[in-house]
Amino acid sequence: MTRLTGGLIDRSRSLNFTFDGKSYTGHAGDTLASALLANDVRLMGRSFKYHRPRGVVSSGSEEPNALVELRSGAWQEPNTRATVAELFDELEAKSQNKIGSLSFDFLAVNDLLSPFFAAGFYYKTFMWPRAFWEKLYEPAIRRAAGLGSLTHEADPDSYDAGFLHCDLLVIGGGAAGIAAALTAARSGARVILADEDFRLGGRLLAESNPLEQPATDWIAGVEAEFASLPNLRVMRRTTVWGAFDHGVFGAVERVSDHLPTPGKRVRQSLWRITAKRAVLAAGATERHIPFANNDRPGVMLAGAMRAYANRWAVSPANRVAIFTSNDEGHRTAVDLAAKGVEIIAVVDARTGAKSQGGYRTIAGGHVTDSKGRLGLTSVQVTANGQTEWLDCGALGVAGGWNPNLHLASHHRGRPQWDDAAQAFLAQDGAVPGLTIAGAAAGKGSTAQALASGAQAAQAALGDLGITATLPDLPRGEDAQMNQHALWHVPGKGRAWVDFQNDVTVKDVKLAHQENMVPVEHLKRWTTLGMATDQGKTSNVTALAVMAELTGKSINQTGTTIFRPPYTPVSMGVLGGGDTGVHFRPRRLTPTHEWAKSQGAVFVEVGQWMRAQWYPKPGETHWRQSVDREVLATRKGVGICDVTTLGKVDVQGADAGEFLNRVYANAMGSLKVGMVRYGLMLREDGFAWDDGTCARLSETQYVVTTTTANAGTIYRHMEFCRQCLWPELDVQLISTTDAWAQLSVAGPNARKLLERVVDGFDLSNEAFPFMACAALTICGGLRARIFRISFSGELAYEIAVPARYGNALMARLIEKGADLGATPYGTETLGVLRIEKGHAAGNELNGQTTAQMLGMGRMVSTKKDSIGAVLSRREGMVADRRVLVGLQPVDAADPVVAGSHLFTQGAEQNTATDQGWITSACFSPHIGSAIGLGYLENGAERMGEVITAANPLQGQSVAMRIVSAHFVDPEGGRLRD
Amino acid sequence: MLIPHPLLGLRDAEEFTYLGDARLLDRPDGMAEGAAAAFYEYVHLRDNPAGVHRELWFHEQGDRSWLVVTRNTVTHEILGAELARNVKGGAA
Repeated sequence: MTRLTGGLIDRSRSLNFTFDGKSYTGHAGDTLASALLANDVRLMGRSFKYHRPRGVVSSGSEEPNALVELRSGAWQEPNTRATVAELFDELEAKSQNKIGSLSFDFLAVNDLLSPFFAAGFYYKTFMWPRAFWEKLYEPAIRRAAGLGSLTHEADPDSYDAGFLHCDLLVIGGGAAGIAAALTAARSGARVILADEDFRLGGRLLAESNPLEQPATDWIAGVEAEFASLPNLRVMRRTTVWGAFDHGVFGAVERVSDHLPTPGKRVRQSLWRITAKRAVLAAGATERHIPFANNDRPGVMLAGAMRAYANRWAVSPANRVAIFTSNDEGHRTAVDLAAKGVEIIAVVDARTGAKSQGGYRTIAGGHVTDSKGRLGLTSVQVTANGQTEWLDCGALGVAGGWNPNLHLASHHRGRPQWDDAAQAFLAQDGAVPGLTIAGAAAGKGSTAQALASGAQAAQAALGDLGITATLPDLPRGEDAQMNQHALWHVPGKGRAWVDFQNDVTVKDVKLAHQENMVPVEHLKRWTTLGMATDQGKTSNVTALAVMAELTGKSINQTGTTIFRPPYTPVSMGVLGGGDTGVHFRPRRLTPTHEWAKSQGAVFVEVGQWMRAQWYPKPGETHWRQSVDREVLATRKGVGICDVTTLGKVDVQGADAGEFLNRVYANAMGSLKVGMVRYGLMLREDGFAWDDGTCARLSETQYVVTTTTANAGTIYRHMEFCRQCLWPELDVQLISTTDAWAQLSVAGPNARKLLERVVDGFDLSNEAFPFMACAALTICGGLRARIFRISFSGELAYEIAVPARYGNALMARLIEKGADLGATPYGTETLGVLRIEKGHAAGNELNGQTTAQMLGMGRMVSTKKDSIGAVLSRREGMVADRRVLVGLQPVDAADPVVAGSHLFTQGAEQNTATDQGWITSACFSPHIGSAIGLGYLENGAERMGEVITAANPLQGQSVAMRIVSAHFVDPEGGRLRD
Repeated sequence: MLIPHPLLGLRDAEEFTYLGDARLLDRPDGMAEGAAAAFYEYVHLRDNPAGVHRELWFHEQGDRSWLVVTRNTVTHEILGAELARNVKGGAA
């Protein structure tokens, strides 16, 4: 078939493209589907289950059949509807779901086996043997069924996400949508008009004479006005795919899918549109009429046929027949005949139907069968008991229109059947703030659509107190459809209801026989409407057939409802730009640049990037670096950035009382200038977090949290302050990012710090263990110093405003060169604290009690604090597991965290389980691997040898129970 | 979802962290007689109504106010939002 006359394609611009490797030519303005039809390609795909040859059915986003793979390599995109794929030069498209070629698909054998593949077949057949499902049945079914293929390559495109706000969102850019947007935009309201097509107009572009003037002229004038209105944003190629709570809509804008390459643009953008009011003007989808073998390439919707002829100047064949149950079929016949297409006949199911042009009309007739293996060659017509075969290359089917009310269902609103409209209509208020106009509201004529769109916009803005005047609109056609209900043609052959999921009228009947009558059961038993098109062309027809079988009305039968998305949305765009390093915010410590300059290896700790260790030249294994850092710290002095620990500044007259209630132990009694270890419980009594509490003045404390819980604990403290005790005079602010904090640990720590403080007395007498102070360093820089130790060594933590952290780190390393000053990372931090037996995240895993930590007595009984009451529960108090140290009897044996502990020789099961290893590391101080763990009655079992079992790796190691303090158990070093 | 913050106006729900039943405001006195039973109820027993529910939301990506939001859990209609400290202050 060559092109027809007219149309909205740009004949001056030819575009080359390939389909299954063959080269074709189309024009700018074509879709892939229209270009293929213009090149006589009717066969575009294979069906999901039976691998039946299939052609294009529709001209829009409802397309069930013409699904193709676009582009190649990493850009390959499966399941793209050829009907909405805008043609561009060098477009590469492939058919899918086949083995072999599209015209000879080996899996078409499934079609011969169709008696076995009826509704519920999978449920009934693949039940046993059970083990076969995973290994045999499922992989084979997935190979045979299914749609396009994935590339298994990373998505090469970029995406973006953004927010938009408006008074009125108009969804759909057809007659109703344009009228609504025009009405609203002229009032000065903030308006967004979103349309999924690349050209505004909707069905105005698909009909021959919808307006008294040429529709494209009117649209061009409106678009010129739109361009001049700053309060209106027109979004073409934008699908509003979901209606969420409180006027929030999801939309995807296809920014560069219509271009050969995105260049510097994103491929698609995800928009979150917050609209005070919305008008749904999404149009309607035509219904087909199932008859025997109605799925051959060439059988399509009559409205789509009209759209191809009028907008894209193409007909699927030279000789065309029409099957209709209303006046729409005749419109197609008239339009195609005017363009020189031969109309073989219009088969009209209505008795007494009359021809509306110079073509043959068969009144009271049905199409009852068809022929043509890879494309339609003839249809069988039965009328008044007579049958005849008519030769034709295409058949247009018109069974009435279903309003596109999908978005109105997204808040679970159930559409109701309307006898006058012969369609399901959404109920008023189904989505608060959303009104429906035009064909989506069952007002399908152009005149009705224009008027209802303008009125809907006026009313919606009126709600907001904005006065809008109805514009002068052109006069539109106002034809009645005169719909006659015909849901399927009775007969023996297979009559398809759902093309994409291969559901036939027989399947619906079988579901009825097997009592899968309710619409939700019908859907799941037959898989009706469950494919990528979500049953846009099939659902209503299927439930009308079910209604007929049960003798109920369609309204009594009811309908399923729609969920987002309206049309498929790619996973890539849902991620927006949040991929790779942008997956989540990345926080850098104040010393990051310095650490990078030293070649540090970094590790992600939550959102933070922390130095994990600092390799020196010649070190080839991380253990070499870590062992060196550990020993250097214990022998000289080590420096580590500990900024990531959460810091909360607590101020106010009641700060002490507030902390008394938040911590299990007492904080109000802490002397100014001193620090105390603090343990926080959850309200259910388990240990939650720990840190230090420093009292800087009568009314100011600085408390620290673990890195992982910094956000949660701050939130909890605000909860306590605002929700539990608002009467207390206390204020909180998180200062985690405000202060850089460095740990300076080791026997030379004091000597090193004396070189940077401004005359501050660091002697043991003046500044003892657990002291804290505000001071200046390096000639006037304000700082805070805390004499606390996580390593067991003489240690300090020194804090400076965050922007000085990098310089302080460099200064300390430089000033301490002769003292052995060594930077260390998180691995060494871990080894030092395990050697000292300090609990950390591994020990505080949410199942730990204060008692297990050896801190049972810290929970004060003299005051009420969060978690205190429930920590005294019977079961918690009775827990006999305590933290111990574990050392392998054979120094060469490994220690694996997560191993469970058993008495030697005992059977190993949950009943005999005595505890587990929480933390493990290699200790250069001890010279072997060591561990910390919780063990039943651990305190009384020092010296005993037990078994650490790691059945996952088949390991069983003899371990000696020792004190958790491998280093300096008396604590002399940190007090020196 | 949008939450009408009493100080800041309509804010996107993504700025908030959800906690749950606003009855958490009524923490029992841990030093009182029968505290164990009272805390058992306080910590473990919650209403989970299909319908109007008063619940706690924290404006974490905002001004760090805890709010008591009254929300219909069936329709997600928000019927009001107050500063938790005012609710608690009023109740005390």
